[in-house]
Amino acid sequence: MSLAPERKKHLDALCNKFRVDVLEALYGIQSGHPGGSLSVCEILTALYFEEMSVDAADPQKPDRDRLVLCKGHAAPMLYRVLAEKGFFPASEMKTLRRLNTRLQGHPSTTHTPGIDLSTGPLGTGLSAALGMALGLRLSGYKSKVYAILGDGDVNEGTVWEACMSATKFKADNLIAIHDWNRVQLDGRSNDIMPQGDMEAKFKAFGWRTLACDGHDLNALVDTIDKAKAYPDGRPVVILADTVKGKGVSFMEGQNTWHGKALGEADYKKAVAELSSSKAGE
Amino acid sequence: MAKAIREIYGEILAKYGQTNKDIVVLDADVSSSSRSVLFQNVCPDRFFNVGVAEANMVAMAAGFASVGKIPFINTFATFLSTIGLLGARIFGSYSELNMKFMGAYGGLSDAFDGPSHHSVEDIAIMRSLPNFRVYVASDETSTEWIVKNAIDSKGPMYVRLSRDVFPTLYSLGEKFEDGKGKVLRQGKDVTIIAAGIMAGFALEAAKTLAGEGIEARVVDMFTIKPLDTALILESAKTTGAIVTAEEHSVIGGLGGAVSEALVLGQAYVPVGFVGLDDTHAECGPYSELLAKYKLDAPAIAAKVRETVKKK
Repeated sequence: MSLAPERKKHLDALCNKFRVDVLEALYGIQSGHPGGSLSVCEILTALYFEEMSVDAADPQKPDRDRLVLCKGHAAPMLYRVLAEKGFFPASEMKTLRRLNTRLQGHPSTTHTPGIDLSTGPLGTGLSAALGMALGLRLSGYKSKVYAILGDGDVNEGTVWEACMSATKFKADNLIAIHDWNRVQLDGRSNDIMPQGDMEAKFKAFGWRTLACDGHDLNALVDTIDKAKAYPDGRPVVILADTVKGKGVSFMEGQNTWHGKALGEADYKKAVAELSSSKAGE
Repeated sequence: MAKAIREIYGEILAKYGQTNKDIVVLDADVSSSSRSVLFQNVCPDRFFNVGVAEANMVAMAAGFASVGKIPFINTFATFLSTIGLLGARIFGSYSELNMKFMGAYGGLSDAFDGPSHHSVEDIAIMRSLPNFRVYVASDETSTEWIVKNAIDSKGPMYVRLSRDVFPTLYSLGEKFEDGKGKVLRQGKDVTIIAAGIMAGFALEAAKTLAGEGIEARVVDMFTIKPLDTALILESAKTTGAIVTAEEHSVIGGLGGAVSEALVLGQAYVPVGFVGLDDTHAECGPYSELLAKYKLDAPAIAAKVRETVKKK
Protein backbone atom coordinates (compact mmCIF):
# COMPACT_ATOMS: atom_id res chain seq x y z
CA MET A 1 0.00 0.00 0.00
CA SER A 2 1.32 3.42 -0.95
CA LEU A 3 2.68 5.70 1.71
CA ALA A 4 0.58 8.38 3.32
CA PRO A 5 1.58 11.78 1.87
CA GLU A 6 3.10 12.94 5.16
CA ARG A 7 5.11 9.73 5.49
CA LYS A 8 6.34 9.98 1.92
CA LYS A 9 7.41 13.56 2.53
CA HIS A 10 9.24 12.56 5.68
CA LEU A 11 11.10 9.70 4.02
CA ASP A 12 12.04 11.76 0.98
CA ALA A 13 13.52 14.36 3.28
CA LEU A 14 15.39 11.63 5.14
CA CYS A 15 16.84 10.36 1.84
CA ASN A 16 18.05 13.84 1.04
CA LYS A 17 19.72 14.05 4.44
CA PHE A 18 21.27 10.60 4.00
CA ARG A 19 22.80 11.71 0.69
CA VAL A 20 24.33 14.80 2.25
CA ASP A 21 25.68 12.85 5.23
CA VAL A 22 27.17 10.12 3.04
CA LEU A 23 28.91 12.62 0.79
CA GLU A 24 30.22 14.42 3.86
CA ALA A 25 31.70 11.19 5.19
CA LEU A 26 33.27 10.32 1.83
CA TYR A 27 34.64 13.83 1.45
CA GLY A 28 36.04 13.69 4.95
CA ILE A 29 38.07 10.56 4.35
CA GLN A 30 38.73 11.30 0.66
CA SER A 31 37.82 7.74 -0.25
CA GLY A 32 34.81 5.54 -0.95
CA HIS A 33 32.05 5.05 -3.50
CA PRO A 34 29.60 7.92 -4.01
CA GLY A 35 27.84 6.74 -7.21
CA GLY A 36 26.46 3.44 -5.94
CA SER A 37 25.68 4.83 -2.49
CA LEU A 38 23.43 7.53 -3.96
CA SER A 39 21.86 5.01 -6.30
CA VAL A 40 20.70 2.63 -3.56
CA CYS A 41 19.39 5.28 -1.15
CA GLU A 42 15.63 4.90 -1.66
CA ILE A 43 15.85 1.09 -1.92
CA LEU A 44 17.47 0.87 1.52
CA THR A 45 15.14 3.48 2.96
CA ALA A 46 12.03 1.68 1.71
CA LEU A 47 13.30 -1.62 3.13
CA TYR A 48 14.44 -0.46 6.55
CA PHE A 49 11.71 2.09 7.21
CA GLU A 50 8.69 0.38 5.66
CA GLU A 51 9.30 -3.28 4.98
CA MET A 52 11.79 -5.04 7.20
CA SER A 53 11.31 -6.32 10.71
CA VAL A 54 14.52 -5.43 12.54
CA ASP A 55 15.13 -4.08 16.03
CA ALA A 56 18.21 -2.07 16.91
CA ALA A 57 17.69 -3.00 20.57
CA ASP A 58 17.96 -6.68 19.65
CA PRO A 59 20.15 -6.71 16.55
CA GLN A 60 20.64 -10.51 16.56
CA LYS A 61 16.95 -11.37 16.95
CA PRO A 62 16.77 -14.81 15.28
CA ASP A 63 13.54 -14.28 13.35
CA ARG A 64 14.36 -10.80 12.05
CA ASP A 65 14.40 -10.06 8.34
CA ARG A 66 17.86 -9.98 6.73
CA LEU A 67 19.52 -7.69 4.26
CA VAL A 68 22.51 -8.60 2.12
CA LEU A 69 24.13 -5.68 0.32
CA CYS A 70 25.69 -7.70 -2.49
CA LYS A 71 27.11 -4.46 -3.88
CA GLY A 72 29.03 -3.97 -0.66
CA HIS A 73 30.84 -0.84 -1.84
CA ALA A 74 27.61 1.09 -1.23
CA ALA A 75 28.21 0.50 2.49
CA PRO A 76 28.17 4.21 3.44
CA MET A 77 24.48 4.49 2.59
CA LEU A 78 23.69 1.30 4.46
CA TYR A 79 25.58 2.64 7.49
CA ARG A 80 23.67 5.91 7.37
CA VAL A 81 20.34 4.09 7.20
CA LEU A 82 21.30 1.74 10.05
CA ALA A 83 22.35 4.74 12.14
CA GLU A 84 18.93 6.31 11.58
CA LYS A 85 17.36 3.03 12.69
CA GLY A 86 19.30 3.32 15.93
CA PHE A 87 21.97 0.64 15.48
CA PHE A 88 24.70 3.19 16.24
CA PRO A 89 24.96 6.99 16.45
CA ALA A 90 24.88 8.88 13.16
CA SER A 91 27.92 10.79 14.41
CA GLU A 92 29.96 7.64 13.75
CA MET A 93 29.68 8.39 10.02
CA LYS A 94 32.69 10.63 10.42
CA THR A 95 34.79 7.59 11.38
CA LEU A 96 34.02 5.89 8.05
CA ARG A 97 37.06 4.08 6.63
CA ARG A 98 39.32 5.44 9.39
CA LEU A 99 41.56 3.42 11.70
CA ASN A 100 39.72 1.76 14.59
CA THR A 101 36.30 2.47 13.06
CA ARG A 102 33.29 0.21 13.31
CA LEU A 103 32.39 1.38 9.80
CA GLN A 104 34.76 -0.57 7.58
CA GLY A 105 35.22 0.18 3.88
CA HIS A 106 32.83 -2.66 3.11
CA PRO A 107 30.12 -4.19 5.34
CA SER A 108 31.47 -6.41 8.11
CA THR A 109 29.34 -8.41 10.51
CA THR A 110 32.07 -8.54 13.12
CA HIS A 111 32.52 -4.76 13.19
CA THR A 112 29.11 -3.17 12.76
CA PRO A 113 25.79 -3.75 14.55
CA GLY A 114 22.97 -4.35 12.09
CA ILE A 115 25.07 -5.81 9.30
CA ASP A 116 23.72 -9.27 8.43
CA LEU A 117 26.50 -10.38 6.08
CA SER A 118 30.00 -9.22 5.23
CA THR A 119 30.25 -8.35 1.58
CA GLY A 120 32.69 -6.66 -0.75
CA PRO A 121 33.82 -9.32 -3.19
CA LEU A 122 31.07 -9.22 -5.81
CA GLY A 123 29.07 -12.28 -6.76
CA THR A 124 28.89 -13.92 -3.34
CA GLY A 125 25.97 -12.07 -1.80
CA LEU A 126 22.98 -13.64 -3.52
CA SER A 127 24.23 -17.17 -2.78
CA ALA A 128 24.66 -16.31 0.88
CA ALA A 129 21.24 -14.66 0.98
CA LEU A 130 19.80 -17.89 -0.42
CA GLY A 131 21.52 -19.92 2.30
CA MET A 132 20.07 -17.56 4.90
CA ALA A 133 16.60 -17.90 3.41
CA LEU A 134 16.77 -21.70 3.42
CA GLY A 135 18.20 -21.78 6.93
CA LEU A 136 15.48 -19.48 8.26
CA ARG A 137 12.85 -21.65 6.61
CA LEU A 138 14.33 -24.77 8.23
CA SER A 139 14.05 -23.01 11.58
CA GLY A 140 10.37 -22.31 10.91
CA TYR A 141 10.74 -18.53 10.78
CA LYS A 142 8.66 -16.39 8.44
CA SER A 143 11.57 -13.99 7.92
CA LYS A 144 12.35 -12.56 4.50
CA VAL A 145 15.83 -12.13 3.09
CA TYR A 146 16.54 -9.16 0.82
CA ALA A 147 19.55 -9.17 -1.46
CA ILE A 148 20.54 -5.96 -3.24
CA LEU A 149 22.33 -6.67 -6.49
CA GLY A 150 24.37 -4.25 -8.56
CA ASP A 151 25.37 -4.04 -12.20
CA GLY A 152 28.95 -5.12 -11.52
CA ASP A 153 27.72 -7.81 -9.18
CA VAL A 154 25.64 -9.53 -11.85
CA ASN A 155 28.72 -9.88 -14.07
CA GLU A 156 29.80 -12.62 -11.68
CA GLY A 157 28.75 -16.14 -12.66
CA THR A 158 27.94 -17.08 -9.08
CA VAL A 159 24.93 -14.77 -9.17
CA TRP A 160 23.41 -16.99 -11.83
CA GLU A 161 24.41 -20.15 -9.95
CA ALA A 162 22.48 -18.70 -7.03
CA CYS A 163 19.53 -17.99 -9.34
CA MET A 164 19.41 -21.63 -10.43
CA SER A 165 19.69 -22.84 -6.84
CA ALA A 166 17.02 -20.48 -5.49
CA THR A 167 14.56 -21.89 -8.00
CA LYS A 168 15.53 -25.48 -7.26
CA PHE A 169 15.08 -24.97 -3.52
CA LYS A 170 11.86 -22.92 -3.95
CA ALA A 171 13.18 -19.98 -1.94
CA ASP A 172 10.07 -17.80 -1.89
CA ASN A 173 11.34 -15.98 1.20
CA LEU A 174 14.19 -14.54 -0.87
CA ILE A 175 13.64 -11.19 -2.59
CA ALA A 176 16.41 -9.77 -4.74
CA ILE A 177 16.38 -6.10 -5.68
CA HIS A 178 18.57 -5.14 -8.59
CA ASP A 179 19.83 -1.59 -8.11
CA TRP A 180 19.79 -1.28 -11.85
CA ASN A 181 21.61 1.93 -12.76
CA ARG A 182 23.33 0.32 -15.74
CA VAL A 183 26.74 1.81 -14.91
CA GLN A 184 29.73 0.13 -13.30
CA LEU A 185 33.31 1.02 -12.40
CA ASP A 186 34.80 1.13 -15.88
CA GLY A 187 31.84 2.45 -17.84
CA ARG A 188 28.30 1.77 -18.96
CA SER A 189 27.35 -1.82 -18.28
CA ASN A 190 26.33 -2.42 -21.86
CA ASP A 191 29.85 -1.48 -22.94
CA ILE A 192 31.67 -3.41 -20.22
CA MET A 193 29.53 -6.54 -20.45
CA PRO A 194 26.26 -6.28 -22.32
CA GLN A 195 23.37 -7.15 -20.03
CA GLY A 196 20.92 -8.33 -22.67
CA ASP A 197 17.35 -8.72 -21.53
CA MET A 198 17.73 -8.73 -17.77
CA GLU A 199 14.11 -9.53 -17.10
CA ALA A 200 14.11 -12.44 -19.55
CA LYS A 201 17.28 -13.78 -17.96
CA PHE A 202 15.79 -13.93 -14.48
CA LYS A 203 12.57 -15.40 -15.87
CA ALA A 204 14.56 -18.07 -17.69
CA PHE A 205 16.11 -19.05 -14.38
CA GLY A 206 12.62 -19.52 -12.93
CA TRP A 207 12.29 -16.26 -11.00
CA ARG A 208 9.30 -13.98 -10.78
CA THR A 209 10.21 -10.49 -11.93
CA LEU A 210 8.82 -7.12 -10.98
CA ALA A 211 9.99 -3.66 -12.01
CA CYS A 212 9.71 -0.19 -10.57
CA ASP A 213 11.30 3.22 -10.29
CA GLY A 214 14.06 2.68 -7.75
CA HIS A 215 13.97 6.27 -6.53
CA ASP A 216 10.20 6.48 -5.99
CA LEU A 217 9.43 5.35 -2.46
CA ASN A 218 5.77 4.74 -3.25
CA ALA A 219 6.65 2.54 -6.19
CA LEU A 220 9.27 0.69 -4.18
CA VAL A 221 6.97 0.02 -1.25
CA ASP A 222 4.14 -1.14 -3.52
CA THR A 223 6.44 -3.43 -5.46
CA ILE A 224 8.14 -4.91 -2.41
CA ASP A 225 4.71 -5.51 -0.86
CA LYS A 226 3.71 -7.36 -3.99
CA ALA A 227 6.90 -9.43 -3.95
CA LYS A 228 6.29 -10.40 -0.32
CA ALA A 229 2.76 -11.51 -1.07
CA TYR A 230 3.64 -14.08 -3.73
CA PRO A 231 2.85 -17.46 -2.25
CA ASP A 232 3.99 -19.90 -4.86
CA GLY A 233 7.46 -21.11 -4.02
CA ARG A 234 9.39 -18.94 -6.44
CA PRO A 235 12.07 -16.37 -5.67
CA VAL A 236 11.35 -12.81 -6.80
CA VAL A 237 13.61 -10.15 -8.27
CA ILE A 238 12.65 -6.49 -8.44
CA LEU A 239 14.37 -4.65 -11.26
CA ALA A 240 14.64 -1.22 -9.69
CA ASP A 241 15.36 1.42 -12.27
CA THR A 242 17.94 3.70 -10.68
CA VAL A 243 20.48 6.38 -11.54
CA LYS A 244 24.07 6.09 -10.42
CA GLY A 245 24.98 9.18 -8.43
CA LYS A 246 21.28 10.12 -8.10
CA GLY A 247 20.64 13.59 -6.72
CA VAL A 248 23.94 15.19 -7.71
CA SER A 249 23.76 16.50 -11.28
CA PHE A 250 27.38 16.04 -12.20
CA MET A 251 27.53 12.51 -10.79
CA GLU A 252 24.35 11.17 -12.33
CA GLY A 253 25.01 8.34 -14.77
CA GLN A 254 28.77 8.83 -14.57
CA ASN A 255 30.98 5.81 -14.02
CA THR A 256 33.83 8.16 -13.10
CA TRP A 257 32.04 8.73 -9.78
CA HIS A 258 31.95 5.02 -8.98
CA GLY A 259 34.81 5.19 -6.52
CA LYS A 260 36.24 8.69 -6.68
CA ALA A 261 36.80 11.02 -3.75
CA LEU A 262 35.13 14.42 -3.92
CA GLY A 263 37.29 17.52 -4.16
CA GLU A 264 36.30 20.59 -2.16
CA ALA A 265 34.53 22.32 -5.04
CA ASP A 266 32.65 19.14 -6.00
CA TYR A 267 31.64 18.55 -2.43
CA LYS A 268 30.31 22.07 -1.95
CA LYS A 269 28.43 21.96 -5.22
CA ALA A 270 26.89 18.58 -4.39
CA VAL A 271 25.76 19.67 -0.94
CA ALA A 272 24.37 22.93 -2.35
CA GLU A 273 22.36 20.99 -4.93
CA LEU A 274 21.01 18.54 -2.37
CA SER A 275 20.25 21.31 0.10
CA SER A 276 18.20 23.23 -2.44
CA SER A 277 16.41 20.06 -3.53
CA LYS A 278 12.67 20.05 -3.19
CA ALA A 279 12.75 16.52 -1.85
CA GLY A 280 10.44 16.23 1.07
CA GLU A 281 9.11 19.74 0.78
CA MET B 1 39.59 -54.56 6.50
CA ALA B 2 39.49 -50.96 7.61
CA LYS B 3 37.06 -48.63 5.91
CA ALA B 4 38.01 -45.81 3.58
CA ILE B 5 38.23 -42.42 5.29
CA ARG B 6 35.43 -41.08 3.10
CA GLU B 7 33.13 -43.92 4.13
CA ILE B 8 33.82 -43.34 7.81
CA TYR B 9 33.20 -39.63 7.31
CA GLY B 10 29.83 -40.19 5.64
CA GLU B 11 28.74 -42.60 8.36
CA ILE B 12 29.72 -40.22 11.16
CA LEU B 13 28.02 -37.28 9.49
CA ALA B 14 24.84 -39.33 9.12
CA LYS B 15 25.05 -40.47 12.73
CA TYR B 16 25.44 -37.01 14.26
CA GLY B 17 23.16 -35.43 11.68
CA GLN B 18 20.21 -37.40 12.98
CA THR B 19 20.56 -36.06 16.50
CA ASN B 20 21.81 -32.53 15.82
CA LYS B 21 19.15 -30.77 13.76
CA ASP B 22 21.33 -27.71 13.22
CA ILE B 23 23.59 -29.65 10.87
CA VAL B 24 23.04 -28.97 7.18
CA VAL B 25 25.09 -30.59 4.45
CA LEU B 26 25.93 -29.15 1.05
CA ASP B 27 27.54 -30.97 -1.83
CA ALA B 28 28.48 -29.99 -5.38
CA ASP B 29 27.36 -33.05 -7.30
CA VAL B 30 29.95 -35.39 -5.79
CA SER B 31 27.92 -36.73 -2.87
CA SER B 32 28.41 -40.33 -3.87
CA SER B 33 32.16 -39.70 -3.91
CA SER B 34 32.44 -37.54 -0.78
CA ARG B 35 29.92 -39.93 0.84
CA SER B 36 27.80 -37.05 2.06
CA VAL B 37 25.07 -39.11 0.39
CA LEU B 38 24.95 -41.14 3.61
CA PHE B 39 23.69 -37.99 5.36
CA GLN B 40 21.24 -37.31 2.55
CA ASN B 41 19.80 -40.81 2.97
CA VAL B 42 18.78 -40.12 6.57
CA CYS B 43 18.30 -36.31 6.61
CA PRO B 44 17.07 -35.38 3.12
CA ASP B 45 15.48 -32.12 4.28
CA ARG B 46 18.83 -30.77 5.45
CA PHE B 47 20.85 -31.88 2.44
CA PHE B 48 21.44 -29.43 -0.42
CA ASN B 49 22.99 -30.59 -3.66
CA VAL B 50 23.82 -27.40 -5.53
CA GLY B 51 25.19 -28.99 -8.66
CA VAL B 52 28.67 -28.23 -9.89
CA ALA B 53 28.73 -24.73 -8.42
CA GLU B 54 31.33 -24.72 -5.67
CA ALA B 55 31.59 -20.95 -5.14
CA ASN B 56 27.81 -20.75 -4.83
CA MET B 57 27.84 -23.70 -2.43
CA VAL B 58 30.36 -22.08 -0.10
CA ALA B 59 28.50 -18.76 -0.05
CA MET B 60 25.18 -20.54 0.55
CA ALA B 61 26.83 -22.31 3.46
CA ALA B 62 27.82 -18.91 4.84
CA GLY B 63 24.15 -17.92 4.76
CA PHE B 64 23.19 -21.07 6.65
CA ALA B 65 25.91 -20.43 9.23
CA SER B 66 24.81 -16.83 9.69
CA VAL B 67 21.35 -17.98 10.79
CA GLY B 68 22.66 -20.55 13.25
CA LYS B 69 23.05 -23.71 11.20
CA ILE B 70 26.23 -25.80 11.08
CA PRO B 71 26.98 -26.26 7.39
CA PHE B 72 29.23 -29.09 6.25
CA ILE B 73 30.52 -28.18 2.79
CA ASN B 74 31.59 -31.04 0.59
CA THR B 75 33.52 -31.37 -2.60
CA PHE B 76 36.97 -32.46 -3.70
CA ALA B 77 39.67 -30.79 -1.61
CA THR B 78 41.30 -29.13 -4.59
CA PHE B 79 38.07 -27.46 -5.73
CA LEU B 80 37.08 -26.49 -2.21
CA SER B 81 40.41 -24.79 -1.56
CA THR B 82 40.51 -23.00 -4.91
CA ILE B 83 37.02 -22.25 -6.26
CA GLY B 84 35.71 -22.17 -2.70
CA LEU B 85 38.49 -19.93 -1.44
CA LEU B 86 36.79 -16.57 -1.90
CA GLY B 87 33.87 -17.58 0.27
CA ALA B 88 36.20 -19.28 2.74
CA ARG B 89 38.10 -16.03 3.10
CA ILE B 90 35.31 -13.45 3.31
CA PHE B 91 32.75 -15.53 5.22
CA GLY B 92 34.79 -18.10 7.14
CA SER B 93 38.03 -16.33 7.84
CA TYR B 94 36.98 -12.67 7.93
CA SER B 95 33.46 -13.07 9.35
CA GLU B 96 34.32 -16.10 11.52
CA LEU B 97 31.16 -17.91 10.47
CA ASN B 98 30.71 -21.45 11.71
CA MET B 99 31.50 -23.16 8.41
CA LYS B 100 32.99 -26.64 8.03
CA PHE B 101 34.94 -27.21 4.83
CA MET B 102 35.28 -30.94 4.25
CA GLY B 103 37.90 -31.61 1.61
CA ALA B 104 37.20 -34.96 -0.01
CA TYR B 105 39.90 -36.82 -1.91
CA GLY B 106 42.84 -35.07 -0.24
CA GLY B 107 46.40 -35.49 -1.47
CA LEU B 108 46.85 -37.91 -4.35
CA SER B 109 44.02 -40.19 -3.17
CA ASP B 110 41.98 -39.56 -6.32
CA ALA B 111 44.98 -41.20 -7.92
CA PHE B 112 43.73 -42.29 -11.33
CA ASP B 113 42.03 -38.95 -12.06
CA GLY B 114 45.43 -37.29 -12.11
CA PRO B 115 46.84 -33.94 -10.98
CA SER B 116 43.71 -32.01 -12.01
CA HIS B 117 41.97 -33.81 -9.14
CA HIS B 118 44.86 -34.20 -6.71
CA SER B 119 45.00 -31.75 -3.83
CA VAL B 120 48.55 -30.86 -2.88
CA GLU B 121 48.28 -27.18 -1.97
CA ASP B 122 45.13 -27.20 0.17
CA ILE B 123 46.87 -27.15 3.55
CA ALA B 124 49.09 -24.23 2.53
CA ILE B 125 46.10 -22.28 1.25
CA MET B 126 43.70 -22.94 4.08
CA ARG B 127 46.11 -22.55 6.99
CA SER B 128 47.04 -19.08 5.74
CA LEU B 129 43.50 -17.89 6.46
CA PRO B 130 43.15 -16.10 9.82
CA ASN B 131 40.69 -17.74 12.23
CA PHE B 132 40.66 -21.01 10.28
CA ARG B 133 41.49 -24.28 11.97
CA VAL B 134 42.95 -27.04 9.81
CA TYR B 135 42.87 -30.77 10.46
CA VAL B 136 44.04 -33.81 8.51
CA ALA B 137 42.25 -37.11 9.05
CA SER B 138 44.81 -39.79 9.83
CA ASP B 139 42.67 -42.87 10.51
CA GLU B 140 39.09 -43.88 11.28
CA THR B 141 39.15 -42.87 14.94
CA SER B 142 40.78 -39.49 14.38
CA THR B 143 38.28 -38.81 11.60
CA GLU B 144 35.42 -39.34 14.01
CA TRP B 145 36.99 -36.97 16.54
CA ILE B 146 37.59 -34.34 13.87
CA VAL B 147 33.96 -34.43 12.73
CA LYS B 148 32.63 -34.40 16.28
CA ASN B 149 34.93 -31.48 17.10
CA ALA B 150 33.70 -29.64 14.03
CA ILE B 151 30.14 -29.97 15.27
CA ASP B 152 30.87 -29.05 18.88
CA SER B 153 33.38 -26.28 18.35
CA LYS B 154 32.39 -23.00 16.71
CA GLY B 155 34.34 -21.34 13.93
CA PRO B 156 35.59 -21.98 10.42
CA MET B 157 37.48 -25.21 9.81
CA TYR B 158 39.09 -27.01 6.93
CA VAL B 159 39.33 -30.78 7.14
CA ARG B 160 41.30 -32.84 4.71
CA LEU B 161 39.74 -36.25 4.14
CA SER B 162 40.72 -39.03 1.75
CA ARG B 163 39.26 -41.36 -0.79
CA ASP B 164 41.34 -44.23 0.50
CA VAL B 165 41.84 -46.63 3.39
CA PHE B 166 44.50 -45.48 5.88
CA PRO B 167 46.52 -47.65 8.30
CA THR B 168 44.80 -47.86 11.69
CA LEU B 169 46.61 -45.81 14.32
CA TYR B 170 44.21 -45.65 17.25
CA SER B 171 41.89 -47.91 19.12
CA LEU B 172 38.25 -46.92 19.47
CA GLY B 173 37.67 -44.49 22.29
CA GLU B 174 41.09 -42.83 21.96
CA LYS B 175 40.94 -39.30 23.36
CA PHE B 176 42.05 -36.37 21.21
CA GLU B 177 42.60 -32.75 22.05
CA ASP B 178 42.47 -29.69 19.82
CA GLY B 179 45.98 -28.45 19.12
CA LYS B 180 47.67 -31.50 20.64
CA GLY B 181 49.55 -33.84 18.33
CA LYS B 182 49.70 -37.54 19.13
CA VAL B 183 52.97 -39.29 19.91
CA LEU B 184 52.54 -42.65 18.20
CA ARG B 185 55.98 -43.98 19.03
CA GLN B 186 58.80 -42.84 21.27
CA GLY B 187 62.38 -42.47 20.03
CA LYS B 188 65.46 -40.49 20.96
CA ASP B 189 67.29 -39.87 17.68
CA VAL B 190 64.82 -38.03 15.46
CA THR B 191 61.14 -37.05 15.35
CA ILE B 192 59.01 -37.76 12.34
CA ILE B 193 56.06 -35.36 12.34
CA ALA B 194 53.49 -36.65 9.91
CA ALA B 195 49.93 -35.98 8.79
CA GLY B 196 47.28 -38.12 7.13
CA ILE B 197 48.28 -41.37 5.52
CA MET B 198 51.92 -40.49 6.14
CA ALA B 199 51.49 -41.03 9.89
CA GLY B 200 51.01 -44.74 9.30
CA PHE B 201 53.91 -44.78 6.84
CA ALA B 202 56.08 -43.01 9.42
CA LEU B 203 55.48 -45.83 11.91
CA GLU B 204 56.50 -48.33 9.23
CA ALA B 205 59.64 -46.30 8.50
CA ALA B 206 60.44 -46.13 12.22
CA LYS B 207 60.44 -49.93 12.41
CA THR B 208 62.92 -50.16 9.53
CA LEU B 209 65.11 -47.46 11.08
CA ALA B 210 65.09 -49.21 14.47
CA GLY B 211 66.78 -52.15 12.76
CA GLU B 212 69.54 -49.75 11.74
CA GLY B 213 69.95 -48.33 15.23
CA ILE B 214 67.97 -45.12 14.63
CA GLU B 215 65.18 -44.68 17.15
CA ALA B 216 62.54 -42.37 15.71
CA ARG B 217 59.77 -40.68 17.61
CA VAL B 218 56.62 -40.52 15.48
CA VAL B 219 54.00 -37.79 15.86
CA ASP B 220 50.61 -37.67 14.16
CA MET B 221 50.07 -33.93 13.68
CA PHE B 222 46.41 -34.21 12.69
CA THR B 223 45.91 -30.71 14.07
CA ILE B 224 47.83 -28.45 11.69
CA LYS B 225 46.21 -25.31 13.03
CA PRO B 226 46.23 -24.84 15.95
CA LEU B 227 49.65 -26.47 15.79
CA ASP B 228 51.18 -28.29 18.73
CA THR B 229 54.17 -25.97 19.01
CA ALA B 230 55.08 -27.23 22.49
CA LEU B 231 55.38 -30.80 21.26
CA ILE B 232 57.42 -29.72 18.22
CA LEU B 233 59.90 -27.75 20.32
CA GLU B 234 60.16 -30.47 22.93
CA SER B 235 60.75 -33.02 20.16
CA ALA B 236 63.48 -30.86 18.65
CA LYS B 237 65.15 -30.54 22.04
CA THR B 238 64.86 -34.19 22.98
CA THR B 239 65.60 -35.85 19.64
CA GLY B 240 67.70 -33.18 17.90
CA ALA B 241 66.30 -33.62 14.38
CA ILE B 242 62.90 -33.30 12.70
CA VAL B 243 61.50 -34.85 9.53
CA THR B 244 58.05 -33.84 8.36
CA ALA B 245 55.98 -36.12 6.15
CA GLU B 246 52.86 -35.08 4.26
CA GLU B 247 50.90 -35.90 1.12
CA HIS B 248 51.21 -32.28 0.04
CA SER B 249 53.66 -29.90 -1.53
CA VAL B 250 56.77 -29.31 0.56
CA ILE B 251 55.88 -25.63 0.29
CA GLY B 252 53.58 -24.16 2.90
CA GLY B 253 52.01 -27.27 4.38
CA LEU B 254 52.93 -29.25 7.49
CA GLY B 255 56.65 -28.84 6.74
CA GLY B 256 56.22 -25.10 6.51
CA ALA B 257 54.14 -24.93 9.68
CA VAL B 258 56.63 -27.01 11.66
CA SER B 259 59.56 -24.96 10.34
CA GLU B 260 57.88 -21.73 11.39
CA ALA B 261 57.41 -23.13 14.88
CA LEU B 262 61.04 -24.29 15.07
CA VAL B 263 62.47 -20.97 13.90
CA LEU B 264 60.24 -18.89 16.15
CA GLY B 265 61.16 -21.19 19.05
CA GLN B 266 64.86 -20.85 18.18
CA ALA B 267 65.13 -24.62 17.89
CA TYR B 268 67.73 -24.78 15.18
CA VAL B 269 67.89 -28.49 14.48
CA PRO B 270 68.32 -30.30 11.15
CA VAL B 271 64.98 -30.56 9.33
CA GLY B 272 63.96 -32.73 6.38
CA PHE B 273 60.76 -32.54 4.33
CA VAL B 274 58.97 -35.50 2.81
CA GLY B 275 56.33 -34.25 0.39
CA LEU B 276 55.76 -33.42 -3.25
CA ASP B 277 58.88 -31.57 -4.28
CA ASP B 278 57.28 -28.47 -5.84
CA THR B 279 55.84 -30.52 -8.66
CA HIS B 280 52.58 -32.04 -9.78
CA ALA B 281 52.29 -35.82 -9.84
CA GLU B 282 50.50 -37.80 -12.56
CA CYS B 283 47.77 -40.42 -12.78
CA GLY B 284 48.25 -44.03 -11.74
CA PRO B 285 47.50 -46.56 -9.02
CA TYR B 286 47.63 -44.83 -5.61
CA SER B 287 50.38 -46.90 -4.01
CA GLU B 288 52.57 -46.76 -7.12
CA LEU B 289 52.03 -43.03 -7.32
CA LEU B 290 53.03 -42.55 -3.68
CA ALA B 291 56.15 -44.64 -4.27
CA LYS B 292 57.19 -42.83 -7.45
CA TYR B 293 56.79 -39.40 -5.85
CA LYS B 294 58.57 -40.47 -2.66
CA LEU B 295 55.58 -40.27 -0.37
CA ASP B 296 55.91 -43.66 1.31
CA ALA B 297 57.67 -45.41 4.18
CA PRO B 298 60.96 -45.99 2.32
CA ALA B 299 61.04 -42.30 1.33
CA ILE B 300 60.52 -41.27 4.95
CA ALA B 301 63.27 -43.64 6.11
CA ALA B 302 65.65 -42.24 3.50
CA LYS B 303 64.92 -38.67 4.53
CA VAL B 304 65.48 -39.57 8.17
CA ARG B 305 68.89 -41.14 7.42
CA GLU B 306 69.89 -38.00 5.49
CA THR B 307 68.66 -35.65 8.20
CA VAL B 308 70.18 -37.37 11.26
CA LYS B 309 73.60 -37.22 9.56
CA LYS B 310 73.39 -33.42 9.86
CA LYS B 311 73.06 -33.51 13.64
